[in-house]
Amino acid sequence: MRTDAMIGTRIRERRVMNGLRQSELARQVGISPSYLNLIEHNRRRIGGKTLLQIAEVLGVEATVLSEGAEATLIAALSEAAAAHPEAAPELSRAEEFAGRFPGWAGLLSEINRRRDALERTVEVLTERLAHDPQLAASLHEVISTVTSIRSTATILAETRELEPEWQMRFHRNINEDSHRLAEGAEALMRYLEAAPDTGAEIKSPQDELHAFLEAHGFHFPALEGVGGDAGVGPLLDRAKALETTPARALARDVLDEYRRDARALPMDVLEAALAQHGLAPDRIARQADVPLAVAFRRLAMMPEAVTGPVGLVVADGAGALLLRKPVLGFTIPQIGAACTLWPLYQALTQPGVPIAVTLHQGDTRVRALAVTEHVAPPGFDAPVLVRSHMLILPEETGEAQAAARTVGVTCRICPLGDCNARREPSILSAGV
Amino acid sequence: MGKTVLLIEDEQNIIEAVSFILSRDGWDVKTHSNGHDAMGVVRERCPDLVILDVMLPGKSGFDILKDIRADSALARTPVLMLSARGQTKDVEMAERAGADRYMTKPFSNAEVLEAVRALVSA
Repeated sequence: MRTDAMIGTRIRERRVMNGLRQSELARQVGISPSYLNLIEHNRRRIGGKTLLQIAEVLGVEATVLSEGAEATLIAALSEAAAAHPEAAPELSRAEEFAGRFPGWAGLLSEINRRRDALERTVEVLTERLAHDPQLAASLHEVISTVTSIRSTATILAETRELEPEWQMRFHRNINEDSHRLAEGAEALMRYLEAAPDTGAEIKSPQDELHAFLEAHGFHFPALEGVGGDAGVGPLLDRAKALETTPARALARDVLDEYRRDARALPMDVLEAALAQHGLAPDRIARQADVPLAVAFRRLAMMPEAVTGPVGLVVADGAGALLLRKPVLGFTIPQIGAACTLWPLYQALTQPGVPIAVTLHQGDTRVRALAVTEHVAPPGFDAPVLVRSHMLILPEETGEAQAAARTVGVTCRICPLGDCNARREPSILSAGV
Repeated sequence: MGKTVLLIEDEQNIIEAVSFILSRDGWDVKTHSNGHDAMGVVRERCPDLVILDVMLPGKSGFDILKDIRADSALARTPVLMLSARGQTKDVEMAERAGADRYMTKPFSNAEVLEAVRALVSA
């Protein structure tokens, strides 16, 4: 259901919450109870002065009634609930909770986000202990030296009538090994002390990349136009959000691609095409003679003042999300795979074939365009590597609602029943 | 002359200590300190027992063990493996590769002697 179509439901919930009778609210606002009844059942559109009056009587901001709680906050609450099914939270009242107590809901979502970050810290450290070659080599060195010292010391302590030359040799060996042990232990300590501060948040490189992109609004004027090639290095040098080498490598790839796209489809050409065709990436791509995926990326990386709200999701052939630019309340999961009903995944099975679908996710409806591009030229001697792009645009006016495809965010927090694409039970339906 | 033990280990001071205790116990100890040509030394010496470190320069102890088990003339030679890694998966990997005993560093001299005597008399 559309967000604005839920206004009546929110008015009713808020009125009941305030202990106000329908007739009393109608009287205070100056409308008939029967008209208010139609509004509350979403059978009459409402806005303007009447909405402001109802909001005033109910003691809330009009936007709380018109927009409801922020979709991302509700999604965050659902994720928190998914992590603690044993607490049996009232999932059906998540929106009400977020609307009535946005501060508490935000705190709960922040605590859950923090818990996720700490779990990731543990995973990072476990991975590090298990597979870090430098740590493994240091420990091996220390243990080998200890073995030598133990064995040699036992010989010296327990062997009767040990010849002087053997005594000297073993004393010398212990002396050598004790120095090696001291150096090895110091090196190990230095290495561990230089490890990331586990008290601080450890983000994934993808988190760092997206913090960087969001800080710039996904748009980089320094990479546009003549001289843009020189802009990548300084941008990376100044990027405080990019704390780790892997994150900087990811960002460099994104910025290099941004620069290539900007050369292929310069901003002035794009703006002229937009003025002529509107948000029609296929026509823009044809006119500029660029691949459709380039037009997708260029539109998503423009300031909102130029294009209006445009979101983008990019996935590799394994379905891993490489780039996430959310928009219009269409929720994209931060971790793990998204809903497989998204055309993003459908496009992977039909490389090069553009797909357009209206999507219905919760209260949000958007127009989604998807296409898959080859990452490298296909050949007989190498696997085909592709990336799928899904552009998220406002729904076209006049489009039939019946044509929309109902999709979720990710299975774990998806309420849709009887879904053939489900890969795991949802806590919203199965309570597990 | 006692039976022959071939010790393949890259830590020189461990070689000296283990060689000493085995020699004092009556074994004829031969040593080698790298992995890449270890198999040639095993074939040349035909020892009664091989003591094999896992982490060797050139070739891992596991790979050398597989080569020993694949050689019909040496396949039945007892092999005692030494390693700094003592996780269950490491022990299982050694068993799958055909090790007769897996000993985790730091070991004691008594443990080594007991294992060598047990493996050669078995």
